[in-house]
Amino acid sequence: MKMGMKTEIVKLTLAVNSGRDHIQGPTSAVATLIEYGDYKCPYCGQAYPIIKEIQKHLGNKLRFVFRNFPLTEIHPHAQHAAEAAEAAAAQNKFWEMHDHLYEHQQALDDDHLEKYAAKIGLDLARFNNDMSTHAHVGRIREDFLSGIHSGVNGTPTFYINGIRYNDSWDLETLLETLRSAI
Amino acid sequence: MSEIPSQQSEQIHPTLLRPGTAAPDFTLRTRPDQSISLSQFRGKPTILAFYPADFSPVCGDQMTLYNQILPEFQRFNAELLGISVDGVWSHLAFSKDRNLHFPLLSDFEPKGSVAKKYGVYRNQDGITERALFVLDSNGIIRWSYVSPIGVNPGAEGILKALESLSEPK
Repeated sequence: MKMGMKTEIVKLTLAVNSGRDHIQGPTSAVATLIEYGDYKCPYCGQAYPIIKEIQKHLGNKLRFVFRNFPLTEIHPHAQHAAEAAEAAAAQNKFWEMHDHLYEHQQALDDDHLEKYAAKIGLDLARFNNDMSTHAHVGRIREDFLSGIHSGVNGTPTFYINGIRYNDSWDLETLLETLRSAI
Repeated sequence: MSEIPSQQSEQIHPTLLRPGTAAPDFTLRTRPDQSISLSQFRGKPTILAFYPADFSPVCGDQMTLYNQILPEFQRFNAELLGISVDGVWSHLAFSKDRNLHFPLLSDFEPKGSVAKKYGVYRNQDGITERALFVLDSNGIIRWSYVSPIGVNPGAEGILKALESLSEPK
């Protein structure tokens, strides 16, 4: 792969685990793409439809994993957005919330998060309780720390089969790299 | 320090100050009315992060990332200093924009003189390399690394170096 040419190989330190991770695609997929992302980050917003397109192209050959890396110092709403996605995950609707957040990146304040929770059909009492008790901060912190120790260097940072991807993540380049990994 | 990858920087940057070297002292402006000397930080591990310029056009640029990770560095009682050739007014604006909680130092006049002492000035571009140094509490360089200029090195090398400093000898 191209990435080794520019810099040393940087490896993921926390292996993908179906017990904790949010995963799309089968365990048997040949390639695993991990994104460390922030719901408020405009670059992650740009990457969102690209990942969808890549998933369409590669079908069940690809497994996609999303982990939280909220840059709260520059994106004040990023932390609660991540908590909302995890609260949705607790009700088995992580991806519905994940997609909704990236499709409404401009409005991620608490009022909107509650509206989105209603929109995707969450049990609102439970959602609001999770949000007010910050029930999922531990998990978000674990994602964040695993990112730091794996060499996440901004958002989004991608890993392909456990190796940090340093190249451009435009559709053509990322798709080609994944195809060569399959 | 064997597990920390410094091989590549040795090959590419013959001038980079190496582990075991005493870190050259310096005094640089951090604000229009305030200077900082490296010697102030004796007694604590210190991270020097040379970076090319304020306001890189990405989210989660290197300084923003380190700012977010600051509590992890503080677990080792370590201080972080960012250094570039930008002027203090630029640093002030950048710091404010990214809500930074650590000082940025201005290696501005004579331009790049501190970067040159550490062997990480790019004469051809007039900016510093993207270079990292971890100093122990006695001001001795324990780890140094130069990243390709376009690649944000992240923080895992710094954290590994800090971890190995805190291991009993």
